[in-house]
Amino acid sequence: MLHYVLSRLLRAAVSIVMVVTFVFVVLRMSGDPATVIMGADAPPEAIDAFRKAWGLDQPVWIQYFAFFEAVFSGELGRSMRDGRDVVAVVLERVPSTLSLTVPAFLINIAVGIPAGVHAALHRNSLIDRCVMVMAVTGFAVPSFILAMLLVLIFSVNLGWLPSAGQDSWLNAILPIATMGFGGAALLARFTRSAMLEVLGQSYIRTASAKGLPWPAVVWRHALQNAAIPTITIIGFMLGGLVAGAVVVESVFSWPGVGRLLVVSVANRDLAVVQAIVLMIAMTMVAANMVVDVLYGLVDPRMQGQARGARR
Amino acid sequence: MTGGTADLLDACDLARSYMIRRGLLGRSTAVRAVDGVSLKLARGETLGLVGESGCGKSTTARLVLGIEPPDEGVVRFDGAAMPRSGTSAWATLRRRMQMVYQDPLQALDKRLTIGTQIAEPLDIHRIGTPAEREQRVAAVMAEVGLQPHHAGRHPQSLSGGQRQRAVIARALVTNPDLLVCDEPISALDVSIQALVLNLLMDLQERSGMGMLFVSHDLRAVRQISHRVAVMYLGRIVEEGEPDAVLHEPAHPYTQALVSAIPHPGKTASRVILQGDPPNPANRPTGCAFHPRCPVATATCRTETPDLKPRASDGRRVACHVAHGEASSARAPASLETC
Amino acid sequence: MAFIEIENLSVAFGRSMALRGINLSVERGEAVGLVGESGCGKSVTWLAALGLLPASATVRGSVWLDGKDILGAPKARLEPVRGGRIAMIFQDPAASLNPVHRIGRQIGEALTLHRRMKGEQARAEVIRLMDQVGIPDAKNRFNAYPHELSGGQNQRVMIAMALAGEPELLVADEPTTALDVTIQAQILDLLTTLRRDTGMAMVLISHDLGVVSETCSRIAVMYAGRIVEEAPSERMFSHPSHPYTRGLLGSLPPLTGPRQRLVAIPGSVPEAARMPKGCAFAPRCGLSTELCTDVDPTALPMADEHNAACIFAKPYQADIHLVRDRSAFIRERAMQ
Repeated sequence: MLHYVLSRLLRAAVSIVMVVTFVFVVLRMSGDPATVIMGADAPPEAIDAFRKAWGLDQPVWIQYFAFFEAVFSGELGRSMRDGRDVVAVVLERVPSTLSLTVPAFLINIAVGIPAGVHAALHRNSLIDRCVMVMAVTGFAVPSFILAMLLVLIFSVNLGWLPSAGQDSWLNAILPIATMGFGGAALLARFTRSAMLEVLGQSYIRTASAKGLPWPAVVWRHALQNAAIPTITIIGFMLGGLVAGAVVVESVFSWPGVGRLLVVSVANRDLAVVQAIVLMIAMTMVAANMVVDVLYGLVDPRMQGQARGARR
Repeated sequence: MTGGTADLLDACDLARSYMIRRGLLGRSTAVRAVDGVSLKLARGETLGLVGESGCGKSTTARLVLGIEPPDEGVVRFDGAAMPRSGTSAWATLRRRMQMVYQDPLQALDKRLTIGTQIAEPLDIHRIGTPAEREQRVAAVMAEVGLQPHHAGRHPQSLSGGQRQRAVIARALVTNPDLLVCDEPISALDVSIQALVLNLLMDLQERSGMGMLFVSHDLRAVRQISHRVAVMYLGRIVEEGEPDAVLHEPAHPYTQALVSAIPHPGKTASRVILQGDPPNPANRPTGCAFHPRCPVATATCRTETPDLKPRASDGRRVACHVAHGEASSARAPASLETC
Repeated sequence: MAFIEIENLSVAFGRSMALRGINLSVERGEAVGLVGESGCGKSVTWLAALGLLPASATVRGSVWLDGKDILGAPKARLEPVRGGRIAMIFQDPAASLNPVHRIGRQIGEALTLHRRMKGEQARAEVIRLMDQVGIPDAKNRFNAYPHELSGGQNQRVMIAMALAGEPELLVADEPTTALDVTIQAQILDLLTTLRRDTGMAMVLISHDLGVVSETCSRIAVMYAGRIVEEAPSERMFSHPSHPYTRGLLGSLPPLTGPRQRLVAIPGSVPEAARMPKGCAFAPRCGLSTELCTDVDPTALPMADEHNAACIFAKPYQADIHLVRDRSAFIRERAMQ
């Protein structure tokens, strides 16, 4: 197991190096940052000064290593709007985003997985069909439409809940509901098909044939196997904890990371955008690593030769 | 046809290894799937290649066709060395060497009709005019016992036997000199197996092609082959006439294999080998069979036996005990098979 | 009284008839072979008997176990039978074991269910069972996962799991089809030994007449959802009476004698949704006449303990007493 975890850590490290390289290349490829930021008609001296300040006058490979150094020491520059350290600017928004995404994520799991399992166990029943209709709806309707629909019903018509801002916990309900529903629908769909696949396997028949009652067959033999593909989807959701709220935060004017990203892109605040992109990438890599380790825990085949007893 | 007395196929000392890496940090190890296999095949002759899973028989079949290049050794087809795979010379040669696979449903494309797929080799090798191709497809379909209306059907609407006929028709459409069949009947029902075996024998009689018949089924191999070679862990351990090998197996492994054939009414006592078929990645020293061999001696543990004719009757066998080079505490099991 | 008696069992999946009236009984300690090609219903028979078919299947008939009909019985009565009185093993051992559980746990589960063993006691019994089925180094293999074992070893694990409930009948569904020839010999030998030691009955389901003939004393040949012939093993090979049985035997390449063309059966098995009228084998049968497409033949005695369902099959034992005059019977059926 240790060997397995180490190899996954190594893989994650490689991914991070590639992500940082990618961000570096993309930023260089999107044009000369100096002219992009200062404007094409800026005086040449100002551009030169900017280049010097950002190290853009150095050879590319030195810039590359300098960039790495900056990333790993957490010095990603200052925001062009208010001159504050971008890491601080981004980090102060994180709790706000997490206060939406974490509850939404919990709803996804608490609703999506049981719904999917139940639908698979009662295939073609009324409940199964309801779950599938909900799942397809949640999958097909974009979150901003759902968000606006919820606002229309609960804020405009019924007047129960606020439609924007961050004044009280009531403001969080609609965004959480929006994200909770979409994710739960997705998860229900995947759990259902994973479960159906597993229920058709030969070892399920073996478990029944040895006299296990059906609930025990499902609980002991089906769920853990169905968890294997489901974990992949949960991993995606985990990776989206920080990034996934861009649209919903914008609709509900929720001052989180997603909204900051949208505003910063609009303002060409490159340092902030860069910091957010890197943070999102890192959370994705981290989520992937968590998924890999979970795989190893759930599926002994993943650990492969880590333990010696082969043949 | 070109060439005269030369063998149709002459493979010499073929070897093929695969690198297997265990885990991201693991070291790579070479697995010798085929290890010094030589075989010859004349026109009109069928060589049966027998062995259990992992013995390298399918790899040998791919090497012989040049689908995979051997690491060592040479394949000569009709007197000339096999061109490298992927070259145009090899592609041209492929119309003269065709292959029939184990699972007809996998070997056929579900989206294309049987007729289109049978015509495919003609299209690839640009043989004949469209009208001639159509004629040839109809003729070859009749030859394998498919009805003309099957041409418009898709593989999934045919029975297992018909599908394998379609695979055989596709292989035969270019009039090949060599047909390599890799477990062509093991995915089929018993009654269909008989039909396919009969068909292959009829076709060979008519066209005089050489056939390499790879199978784990000794019964089928006896039925169809003129010669049989038994493989174990990448090497041929015994070779000879089917009846000689089956009725008087010289190698202890062949003896066990023959005695393991279930046959109605068979009462002879059975040699039961201990242990699993060995892992090619973990090859025993000396004779690869020695850990499971009931008559293994000290020599067998250290020295690899060569495949060579036995003094008494010229049977080619790779076994120290069979050649009398090592005396075993126990005599080789004398078997009354069948 | 037979240990288990299957009476007029039929199974349909929608409009496809998988079984069309199976009658089969197994005595205590007896080994019965059930032979037929893919789709003939040999596995479905036993899955249906134990209530293991999906709910979409329509099952009719009776399965008498100790004089009680267990077909469609409530779970509380079926669950102790499954794995307890009747155990099953399947074709692909690797796929039949749960990939994410250790094999010791999977065997132990059956012990807890049927013999209420737990903890150290169960562990010791699992290791004893693993020893019994010939898994080397059982103590260490207890913690192995199925993917760490070979196909033959996994089938031994399945057998150990089946033995855990001390069953009176073991239904082995193509237990060696996915295995190599030498491993097949090991497993068949193991099954024979275990049967001798425990006295349990066995039903060996196989497509291979050879496999069945060596292991079983009685053989039933199935075709398209029916048993077409049933006889003691030696007689099945010395006096095959149904044309299908003869065809199967003729399809088997011989091991001795001159090599001749095989006597193959032309055509292919009918689809379950489009069963031909009359005898299901008639379209492939060399002997079939117009009568065969009208009459759906029932099993007729050929000799003691030997039945064949073919209107042209003739009794070969002189003293066999037919229930009624054969020609009258045929006429009567033809009129219907």
